[in-house]
Amino acid sequence: MRTSQPEPTAQSRSIISPNDLHRASVRLTLGTSRVLILASLLLASLGPFVWLFKASISTTQDTIRHPYGWFPSGTRWDNLSTAWHQVDVSRYILNSAVMTIGEIAVSLVVTVTLAYALAILRPAWGPIVYGAVLATLFIPVAVAMVPLFMTISDLPLLHTSLVSSYWSVWLPAGANAFNVLIMKRFMDDFPREILEAASVDGAGPLRTLWHVVLPLAKPMVVVEAVLVMMAAWKDYLWPSLALQEPDMQPISVALPRVAENAELSVQMAAMFIALVIPLLVFLVFHRQLLRGASLSGALKG
Amino acid sequence: MLTDALQATATGEPAAAVRRAPARRRRWHGWTTAIVLALPGLAVFGLFSWWPMIRSGIMAFQETNLIGGGSWVGLRNFAYVLHDPALPQAVRNTLWFALLGLVLGFPIPIALAVFISEQRGWRSTFSVLAYLPAVIPPVVAILLWRVFYDPSPEGALNALLRQVGLGPYSWLNSTSLAMPAVVMEVIWATAGSTTVVYLGALSRVGGELYEAAEIDGCGIWKRIWHVTLPQMRGFILVLLLLQLIGTLQVFTEPFLLTGGGPANSTTTVLMLIYNYAFVYGNFGAAAALSAMLMAVLTLVAALYLAATRRWSRS
Repeated sequence: MRTSQPEPTAQSRSIISPNDLHRASVRLTLGTSRVLILASLLLASLGPFVWLFKASISTTQDTIRHPYGWFPSGTRWDNLSTAWHQVDVSRYILNSAVMTIGEIAVSLVVTVTLAYALAILRPAWGPIVYGAVLATLFIPVAVAMVPLFMTISDLPLLHTSLVSSYWSVWLPAGANAFNVLIMKRFMDDFPREILEAASVDGAGPLRTLWHVVLPLAKPMVVVEAVLVMMAAWKDYLWPSLALQEPDMQPISVALPRVAENAELSVQMAAMFIALVIPLLVFLVFHRQLLRGASLSGALKG
Repeated sequence: MLTDALQATATGEPAAAVRRAPARRRRWHGWTTAIVLALPGLAVFGLFSWWPMIRSGIMAFQETNLIGGGSWVGLRNFAYVLHDPALPQAVRNTLWFALLGLVLGFPIPIALAVFISEQRGWRSTFSVLAYLPAVIPPVVAILLWRVFYDPSPEGALNALLRQVGLGPYSWLNSTSLAMPAVVMEVIWATAGSTTVVYLGALSRVGGELYEAAEIDGCGIWKRIWHVTLPQMRGFILVLLLLQLIGTLQVFTEPFLLTGGGPANSTTTVLMLIYNYAFVYGNFGAAAALSAMLMAVLTLVAALYLAATRRWSRS
């Protein structure tokens, strides 16, 4: 099946040409700058990861006295299990997982249905709704924090409070204009002939959505799921306001409290555990994530 | 309907006339389905995006608590905020943060992206490496940097700087160094994701432009200056605006790194809003300051877009 990917075409050439590469001075400069930048990237990007891992299996004294020492008092793998069991990191990780899965589900339902309505069904009122959604892109998120908190404390019409319920993080996560935008743009490019054909075969809009559009949209669904997952795992300010019960808090919100109460070695172990999951997700899905990240640029440009 | 038929004839599709009648029924059918399908989105955006924005405008003129409606107090919330002695300091700190972020942080991703895009075969390794800090949950990164900024001479960063004969510095405990230290953490955490955006922009620059520049005798640096940067101009301008808007709303990093101290030297406008609402329970004042911040941000964006539009036209 043909899907039209908005992927940039393969580059034929870039700034430096094969001709330049014949010159020794160019090759030398390129080579040394490559080594230098690789070294500084390794130091700046990978260094803190390695240091955190080392600190998470060192004693507190070693980390404070000899930040760059090679385990003067030996390794302490039990820091990790202490963090996991005694300061409840296992519970917070589970909470983060619950929060993340719910956010992915709500986001995907909202995004796919709204994008399908706007891009494929194209009702007359579509552009108005689309404009109102896009307008929220330019509204500073943080400025909306206080009224949003008031809204979930006393929901309009229903007059119930969502505070200290996971719905208070799941539902607002669905109102993400960027996700709607990239999904709608993706569906805009679907070949109309296939949709027409489905229609001629007697498939209604819902069957078309399920059997034709969703399979075509799968690559973008994966991109969005990964983006939402990473964002949910990173979120701090909103869940710290909406989930005030310590037992419900995700790892990001709980970590500063753990940091205040546990000794440094256990704190480092807890931080390392909190980092492993997004790191693994990134290493598995880095293609999708980097594509999502550069898509955000495509819309800005 | 007419345009459909025109399109059909234009694409040489013969069945258009035959299919006209069912198409009308389908369209009506689709109209109601479209509403039903858009409903989850409309509900979520309405409740958690559009309504809070409207509400913040209302709340700024009210005295409110969490439950029930508020009473109108006119401009009293605004007067309260404007007379708060903490406001000028918070505004100064926020502007200082934005300026430092711009001067120190803005050029790095551009340079990095131009460099990485030239690494044939190594591009994805370099981009993954550059993006890595953006993967760390911000809270973990912030707590980690708080340890790096240990003010004792054995502290991780001080120990490193001692090797080149600098320091020791008291970092987050110093009123003059605390803000630059916060900015450094933010740059470290965000440069990678911006680099990836620029890389996306660079991959769209047509090779024939470089070809032409080379034939005209431009060296490598001249090609970067006369082809690459002008081609990235749209991205650079928009990311500059986004960074400005983002830095004027900075919260989590100073909140967790310094708690606004020492001596309020890192308290930002958004932390003030947070304190009004969630420490003092003064939601009206928080809404008034939010409204003012939003007005400023909108003004910045509008002026910026107007200025750059004129500039890119000339």
